[in-house]
Amino acid sequence: MTVISDHRVSDHRMIEPQIRPHAGQGLWAALKPYLGTPLNAIITISCIALVILALQALVSWLFVNALYEGTPQDCKATRGIGICWPFFAAKLRFMTFGFYPYEQHWRPGIAMAIFLSTGFITMIPRFWGRWLIWLWAAAVIAMTILMWGGIFGLVRVPVHTWGGLPLSFMLSFVGLVCAFPLGIVLALGRMSNMPAIKIICVMFIELIRGVPLISILFMASVMLPLFMPEGMTIDKLLRAQIAIIFFAAAYIAETVRGGLQAIPKGQFEAAGAMGLHYWQMMRLIILPQALKIVIPPLVTTFIGFFQDTTLVTIIGLFDFLDTVRGAIRDPAWQGIAVLEAYLFAAFIYLVFSWGMGAYSRFLERRLRVGHD
Amino acid sequence: MSTAVRLIYDLRFRAIIYQIMAVGGVLFLGWYLYSNVVTNLSDKNIATGFAYLQREAGFAISTQLIPFQGSDSYGRALIVGILNTFHVSLLGIFLATVIGLVVGIARLSSNPLLAKLMLLYVEFLRNVPLLLQLFLWYSVIIFTLPNVRQALQPIPHVYLSNSGLVVPSLNWSAAKTGVLACFLLGIIAAFLYRRAAISSRVATGIERRIWPMMLAALAVPTLIGLFVFQPNWSIDWPEAGRFRLTGGSTLTPEFTALLVGLALNASASIAEIVRSGIQSVKKGQWEAAQALGLQKGEVMRKVVLPQGLRVMIPPLTSSYLSLFKNSSLAVAIGYPDLVMVSTTTMNQTGQAIEGIAIFMSIYLSISISISVFMNWYNARVALKGR
Repeated sequence: MTVISDHRVSDHRMIEPQIRPHAGQGLWAALKPYLGTPLNAIITISCIALVILALQALVSWLFVNALYEGTPQDCKATRGIGICWPFFAAKLRFMTFGFYPYEQHWRPGIAMAIFLSTGFITMIPRFWGRWLIWLWAAAVIAMTILMWGGIFGLVRVPVHTWGGLPLSFMLSFVGLVCAFPLGIVLALGRMSNMPAIKIICVMFIELIRGVPLISILFMASVMLPLFMPEGMTIDKLLRAQIAIIFFAAAYIAETVRGGLQAIPKGQFEAAGAMGLHYWQMMRLIILPQALKIVIPPLVTTFIGFFQDTTLVTIIGLFDFLDTVRGAIRDPAWQGIAVLEAYLFAAFIYLVFSWGMGAYSRFLERRLRVGHD
Repeated sequence: MSTAVRLIYDLRFRAIIYQIMAVGGVLFLGWYLYSNVVTNLSDKNIATGFAYLQREAGFAISTQLIPFQGSDSYGRALIVGILNTFHVSLLGIFLATVIGLVVGIARLSSNPLLAKLMLLYVEFLRNVPLLLQLFLWYSVIIFTLPNVRQALQPIPHVYLSNSGLVVPSLNWSAAKTGVLACFLLGIIAAFLYRRAAISSRVATGIERRIWPMMLAALAVPTLIGLFVFQPNWSIDWPEAGRFRLTGGSTLTPEFTALLVGLALNASASIAEIVRSGIQSVKKGQWEAAQALGLQKGEVMRKVVLPQGLRVMIPPLTSSYLSLFKNSSLAVAIGYPDLVMVSTTTMNQTGQAIEGIAIFMSIYLSISISISVFMNWYNARVALKGR
């Protein structure tokens, strides 16, 4: 450095080029986030210990101490020590399809395969187009015929025997398809400048969001029959489905409203200046933008709502969680494979929910447009 | 063109027509449903009205904060249920906030391993239905824990077995309620003093020490309370007898499973809220605060969290509210909350409409009042627009 008393403000000489301190190279740089400070080292070591312990327990439960063949009594002996595979051999089909006639299980099986593959095709952006609507229409018809039967030589299967995973999918899918338009209408109604319509929509949305889903389901199962005219009965499944649709619509409405509020006022004004009337404006200008914004929160709502269909088990419908519990309650297996059954159910829900979440994150990246 | 045709093209006229149609439709639907209910109820000979609340309930409730016997009324049973709902919800909210805060901050840890593990925790809890989690915890308690005679002792004097968790308890008495009331008064006094002191400092610019007086405001009422009421501080230790545990207070398996399930489930969403709240504070704020010479903890406390909190409050409110509403899943594992007591009552009296109306309006009024309060609080802390 130069001496300050000298009148020069800065030094003429250039500083020699130097290596950046702690350059990001080598083993130490890679290890630094893990072992950089004493605290970090402690955290790393305890995390590794935790992971090893968990993996050890998992491996010994899943493989080492697992029971591959045997009777329920054998499983009782290894309860809590190793997984009981005979339970799955005996009960997997019941857990998946519920009380659907045993020799007809291929029908809900195929229906589920159609559902999942159609869903998978819909998720791939290169297939997006108008034809997907026709694909879904065909899929729904095929699934209905398969489940219901009565034509093409298929045995008619009464609705009260439907159950298991197909029922859970059905409750969520039908709920979603019906609740989505209703939710959009409610959101538009809430944003409307007609006071009466606004108040009706706000009351509906807040009423439903203010109470637990279970109370709406109770209402549908216990109270709704009293509201029906004499002699008219609605199937229990349909009642639960209606409750789910109303519940989902209220939540979807609030999510969509968030998107509508994010659209700049200029968009509404420009659409009005172009001479579009209300529905044209909404359909062509506002909703496409608003819905795109709310895709991530909407998928979160959908996931929550797929999980919430489990609540129908409380009012006595045979959804997937209920058939899993039914398998546990079977006298031969009572209290033997409880953890196995619940963890299996958790795994199935985890896979589907996590899959939807991962897809939403992918979609979010893909749909991100330049200007925001 | 005639006036009638012109009117149809008038937007305001149309709006009025639409609204009349909507209101008319809703009113008609309401009237239709009401008339159906009236005919159905008279056909089935179901009594109406809330007179049944005074009748004798005749069922027992396993968990109760206020004494309840079968000879008490349905109304009292309902109050026991409401208190149970609040008990589990408030404890759950407290636990979920503590766990969520820790996990949320750990998600942002500079240690990638810890951050990933916490991500795993959050993803697992968020992607498995809450009801399934409750069943899972409940069956873990019932089926994997030993019975009372071989109760586990994770900490001395705390017994864990398949009939619940037994912890030491204070023998609660009126004297202790008095002391507690005095202590609460002290907190209020200290808070009021602090506000007055800060506003006088702002007004005059003279710096005075606040904490000695605050401490005094806290301690003096409590000490006076202790002196006046003279409570007896005996602790009821649980003892392992030959067949069962005596003493202490027992948390039933249902309560424990519900509390753990609700708290862990909500902690995952709270963790995400905390994380995104902290991340919403711009990096420049951290750097500016550090440049001012604040310590790392101070940066978090004085600069980052106050700004992050503003982002966190609305979603935090909704996750507290959803925990409160989710506590109604208690009915699935048999914890006698508001919904479970109501369903038992409905099964006995057959008065489904009244039963559902009562618990729905209780949930609704609490949800609405909490969200009104939170909106007010949110408006207070929100950025003041220019």
